[in-house]
Amino acid sequence: MPEGYSEKVMDHFRNPHNVGEMKDPDGIGHVGNPVCGDIMEMYIKVKDNVITDAKFKTFGCGAAIATSSMMTDLVKGKTLEEALKVSNRAVVEALEGLPPRKLHCSVLAEDALKGAINDYLLKTTGKGLPDWKPHEESEGH
Amino acid sequence: MKRIYLDYAATTPTHPEVVAAMQPYFSEKFGNPSSLHAFGQEARSAVEQAREQVAKLINARPEEIVFTSSGTEANNFVLHGISFANKDKGNHIITSQIEHHAILEPCHFLEKQGFNATYLPVDKYGLVNPKDVEKALTDKTILVSIMHANNEIGTIQPIEEISEIIREKTYFHTDAVQTVGSIPVDVNKLGVDLLSLSGHKLYGPKGVGALYIKKGTRMESFIKGGGQERNRRASTENVPGIVGLGKAAELARKELNSRQKHLTELRDKLIKGVKNKIPEVVLNGHPELRLPKNVNLSVKYVEGESMLLNLDLEGVAASTGSACSSGSTEPSHVLKAIGLAPDLAQGSIRFSLGRLTTEDDINYVLDVFVKIVDKLRKMSPIYKGGA
Repeated sequence: MPEGYSEKVMDHFRNPHNVGEMKDPDGIGHVGNPVCGDIMEMYIKVKDNVITDAKFKTFGCGAAIATSSMMTDLVKGKTLEEALKVSNRAVVEALEGLPPRKLHCSVLAEDALKGAINDYLLKTTGKGLPDWKPHEESEGH
Repeated sequence: MKRIYLDYAATTPTHPEVVAAMQPYFSEKFGNPSSLHAFGQEARSAVEQAREQVAKLINARPEEIVFTSSGTEANNFVLHGISFANKDKGNHIITSQIEHHAILEPCHFLEKQGFNATYLPVDKYGLVNPKDVEKALTDKTILVSIMHANNEIGTIQPIEEISEIIREKTYFHTDAVQTVGSIPVDVNKLGVDLLSLSGHKLYGPKGVGALYIKKGTRMESFIKGGGQERNRRASTENVPGIVGLGKAAELARKELNSRQKHLTELRDKLIKGVKNKIPEVVLNGHPELRLPKNVNLSVKYVEGESMLLNLDLEGVAASTGSACSSGSTEPSHVLKAIGLAPDLAQGSIRFSLGRLTTEDDINYVLDVFVKIVDKLRKMSPIYKGGA
């Protein structure tokens, strides 16, 4: 397997699920920057506290694309509280693992989702996630 | 599925004639070249024939060729051997920021041993300015090492001009691993004292390389033991490998002109094709002073590894200078040194062509590459065109 990616990762890389922009999203999460690395945008639709749809756009390596795809799959149909509990580790497990040096890519997917939920909460309640801030993309940049 | 190999700068398939030449030296003519009996002597004469073949390719004398286990070993040998043999003269080494790690890492090691190293910058095409070499020279300089052509971006350095400046002042080495067998390499024209080459980059086997050491060069041996290679490099000779390198050198000399012409045509077709079909693509490296086999492109809004993996899924083997490793996506030291913008450095892809590459291959690659870039751009949050 290239770069030691699992078959599941390559499946999601080859045919990513839920890719593309969303019309009138209820929340948008934007993380990363082009100087430090990958960039991810996640869009969610929320109805009665449930994520009814999730989509993404990613500029990044194979792992970044596969984790975005898996993350959107995992959170669809979940309540916001349930979705917030989907950790980067859960995404990695669902992908049947990632090479160690690619693990940081999964953090980006978690951040993008939290960013989208935070954005939704800010818009609807005026209060975002209490302790949310994106991980440092990379120290020293 | 169709499989197209466009990573010849990483390694080349061993030429069938090379494999055939090596074959008898495993089980039949297996003697140790240091043995005085007939078994030893037939191996000895094979090694000496290979030395002549390699010497001829680079216009050196056979006795100036030392066989090594690789290009990396040849480079380590130079840094180690020159530095430790000339400590009494000085402790300063000049090299460039875009050298292969096989030069940079030994330099870092030597810095810890009390030597000083100057890493010269390059311009946006990856060229070292000979004037910078002149400025960096001190009376403590014992070695200048500048690669003949860069493995990533293919830029060919003005080695002759640099040697004019250095002449007689200090030892001058060039890492010619990417050029020997690709373009004409003549140690006298280049004016170098030392030159590294590698077997598997020119359709020879892996595990063998050579170092040209100009007669009279003061150098410490790197591998110590028996008296092989005129006391320059101990260890029983890798006879099959050396025979293979010799044959590969002979073939390279015969085919050099046709290989150059063939590759230049295909290279330019690929570059032109991509530029015509895909907007916002940059050619990295020099437009003319460039290895005939090298195409290095940066595709805006798209990341290198994702292009590489998609190409691999279509059967095309390429390489990228952006390696997403722990923490962040770090572009290669070469792309950084030419000052490429971070997003472009992340979107780099290298195709390196070889003697078996055909025009059909290039057409196929163009076809799939356009589709891959389109697909990836559509999913890129920083791409605002199209879609």
